[in-house]
Formats: sequence, structure tokens, C-alpha cells
Amino acid sequence: MKRIYLDHGATTPVDPLVVKAMLPYFTKKFGNASSIHSFGLEAKEALEEAREKIAKKIKALPEEVIFTSGGSEADNMALRGIAFAHKRKGNHIITSSIEHPAVLETCRELEREGFKVSYLGVNREGFIDLSDLEQKISEDTILVSVMHANNEIGTIQDIKEIGRICEEKNVLFHSDAVQSFTKAPINVRKINVDALSFSAHKIHGPKGVGAMYLSEGTPFNKLVFGGHHEFDKRAGTENVPAIVGFAKAVELAKEKYVKQMAGLRDYLIKEIEGRIPDSKLNGPKGNKRLCSNANFSFAFIEGEALLNYLNFDGIAVSTGSACSSQSLEPSHVLKAIGLPHEIIHGSCRMTLGRENTRKELNFTVKSLEKNVKKLREISPLRKGVKYNKEEFGHKH
Amino acid sequence: MYSKKVMKYFRHPRNMGEIKNADGIGKVGNPQCGDVLEVYIKVGKNKKGKEILKDIKVKTFGCIAALATSSVITEMVKGKTLNEALKISNMDIAKELGGLPPIKMHCSVLSAEGLRKAIEDYYKSKKKMN
Repeated sequence: MKRIYLDHGATTPVDPLVVKAMLPYFTKKFGNASSIHSFGLEAKEALEEAREKIAKKIKALPEEVIFTSGGSEADNMALRGIAFAHKRKGNHIITSSIEHPAVLETCRELEREGFKVSYLGVNREGFIDLSDLEQKISEDTILVSVMHANNEIGTIQDIKEIGRICEEKNVLFHSDAVQSFTKAPINVRKINVDALSFSAHKIHGPKGVGAMYLSEGTPFNKLVFGGHHEFDKRAGTENVPAIVGFAKAVELAKEKYVKQMAGLRDYLIKEIEGRIPDSKLNGPKGNKRLCSNANFSFAFIEGEALLNYLNFDGIAVSTGSACSSQSLEPSHVLKAIGLPHEIIHGSCRMTLGRENTRKELNFTVKSLEKNVKKLREISPLRKGVKYNKEEFGHKH
Repeated sequence: MYSKKVMKYFRHPRNMGEIKNADGIGKVGNPQCGDVLEVYIKVGKNKKGKEILKDIKVKTFGCIAALATSSVITEMVKGKTLNEALKISNMDIAKELGGLPPIKMHCSVLSAEGLRKAIEDYYKSKKKMN
């Protein structure tokens, strides 16, 4: 059975050219980039070349790129590093309610450590209200952290305008750009952003490597202590093969793939909307949506069951249903955009990659049609029937 | 995460659907929690004249565990006397399926409760008729 991968928001296959670029740095060019002999210099050279390539992609300076173990570490570093360095100025942070757990959990930890955090609500398409942001900024505010593109529903926030507001109010701005990096343009010289988070494995690079952009001169308290690596902002021997692979992945990310994915995304959305009744697209349409993301809720069915039936057909997707997680709490993003729980339970996220084809999407839509129908046939929920909570009064 | 038997029942759920003119219906769950069950029963009598579950069908909105537990219980109780059926616990259902992840045990509770409510509904209707 041919397998179809539509979960690129979770991770992507490593491009063979990325693997090829990485391989010599495991065996032949294995030096420690901090060593001053030829082996070390060889690794150092590769490290700095990679840093330059990544910096160039966002129009940053090479010394503004700090390598990390991935997006979560970059988020943790940015938030904590900036928060503690600015504690004397104030203790208020603003973020959104639809951030990735790497940001939300860091904020909750900061709250336990004495910081105050405001969580901005979002509208039905997942956009924050800019006037709400402006109003929430007080004299105590030191940092605003709002993601560029949402990982579940693909909403691309207006980070240029958020940056403008932050600049005007003299507040630092961090954005989690893990999902959007190379898929939506980022030019740090055109937006007032002080920190950004990236990850390699979302762009056909290896897992376990990411980066944080930190604008030159931003006061910052480091998180990992040890040697003086990464401009003294993050200790630890650099993972040179992974960093080389990350840079190669950035180099391979072309605008043509963005256009190709956006075309497939729109086709997929149109087909599902046209062929599956009672399906609802979550998030916006058009260029305010990440080129790779389609997230649907299918009424009257449950997402974990659908995900697994699709898996039997060889199709990999993800769901925001609580039943597929360990917490029994459904997606906080779908809750934040105002969906009722029973609709959230029937959600399905399909995230495209550059290797997907229209033929694969046609097969996926057919499988969705078949399996949604099958699950609806055995579901007691149906259109027009109101469920009396007392009648179904089971609590768990 | 799930046993092979859970996946087998999830992939090919048995006795799914409704019974028209059912003798008892048990509705349990909450759409907000992600699991809703409707259990339909038809009651008959065995050779000894005792009331048995002649037929049972179920409609399920829920996850793999909800589908598997509600499906397997129909096979566990079909042909059993009502008293025997009422003795089936959620632990019996989980055991029959080769175990369930702890976080999914509530699905087996729901299935057992759905059956109990359907039998209670039958007794209530019978009482009204008498």
C-alpha cells in the first residue's frame, strides 16, 4: 500500500541532499568547532557558513543567530532570557492563547516565578486583536510573544503591525516562527522583531536542531551555562552535522514550493468543502493562511477514530481531538477560536509538503468521504438533534 | 497503545446501528466529552422462560476505545439473561479486549452504563405497560 504523508506540521522527511551535506561531519570532518587545530577549524568553518546562510534568509547578521536543540528550546530561551534580563524594568509579558505549548508552558512557568502574563484572545479565524494588544501593554510590559503562523489552523498573524506597536510602546517582541520559516517571508530589517524561534525538522532538515534570532544588543540572560559557545548565549558543543543540515534545508527551501503547496492546499480545501457535507474549515483562507495547512472539523464524528481509519488507508494526518492525546483536553487552539467541544472532537489537520501531489489529495478526499460517512452512520449524533445534557448526564 | 483486539473491534465494529421498536434504549455520554453511546435492546425468552437479550445494537460517537468497548459488549451479552448482562462490569469489558490504556478506562464504564440504562429502560416500559 502506498503511504501518503499529510502531517508535515509535525515533522518532515529529511531531504536526501540535506543528508548528503551532513554525512562528512559525522565521520571525516568531525572536529569540535571550539578546537583550534585543523579538525576544529574545519568544523568551525562549516558552522559559521551555516550561520551565515540562515542569517541571510531572514536578513539578519550572523551573530544574531544562536543555534539551539530545536524550536522549543529557542522559545524557552527567548522568553526566559529576555524576561530575566529585563526584570528590573517590569514583569509583565503578553502572549496569545493559541501559542505552541513551548511558549504557553514557558509563560506558565514564568508566572510561577513571579512574572505576570496576559493571554490575548483570538477571533474565529485565529487572529489576535491588535487594539487589544495595544491596550494590554502597560508600563510593566517587557515582552510580547505572538507566533507568526499557527501550527494547528495556519493563521498568519500580522507580525509587521505587532512589531510596529511594540516599537512604539518600547516593548520587546518575540515570535515563534517554527511553522512559517521559509513558508512565509520574514525580513527582520523590515519588522521590529527582537527574537524569533526556528526549527530544522519542519523544513526537511534534521530533528534536534533549531535556532533563535536575537537582535544585536538585546539584553539577554542565558539558560545553559558552560563554555562560551554561541556568542556566550548558549553553552554546549555545537551539533555541527545537524547545523550543516539545517542550513542546507534552508538553502533548498524555494519560493516555488510555497506556491506549489498553496495551490494544493486550496485544491484540498475546495474538494473537501464540495464533497463532504457538514465539514468546516478552521482558520482563514488565502494568503493569511500558511501555504501547507488545511484544518477541518467534521461534525458528528470523532477525530481519533477518523485519523486511524485514514491510517488504515495509508494516510497520515493529525487531530485536535482530546482522545488522541494523554490529557483528555481538546485542542486549546480550536477552543480559543470558539468551536464547541463536540466539533473540536471531529477535527483533522492535514499539512502538506513539497512532495505531495494532487493525485494523493484526490485519494485522501475519497478516503475522507468514505470514512466520515462510515463514522456518521454509526454515530448517534446527527444534524438537527439537540442533545439534552441531562439525558446524556454521564460525567467523566 | 491499544491491544490487537481493541484495534480489531475498532476496525470492524460489530452490531452497530439501531433496532427499530427496541424494547429498551440506553443513552449515555456527553458530546462535549467526546463519547456518546446509544444502546438498543430487544428482549426475548429462553427455554426456561427467563428474559434474555435477544438482540442488541449500539450507535457510538467516540474514539477507538469507545467504538471497541461498545462493540465488544454487544457480543458479550447477546443471548444472556438480563440479570447476567447486568453483572457485566467495565473491568470485564476491558479484560475481554486484552486491556485498555488507563486514560481510556472511562470508555468501558460508558459501555457498561449504556447497557444498564437500556435494561432499566426496558423494565420501566414494562412496568408502565403492566
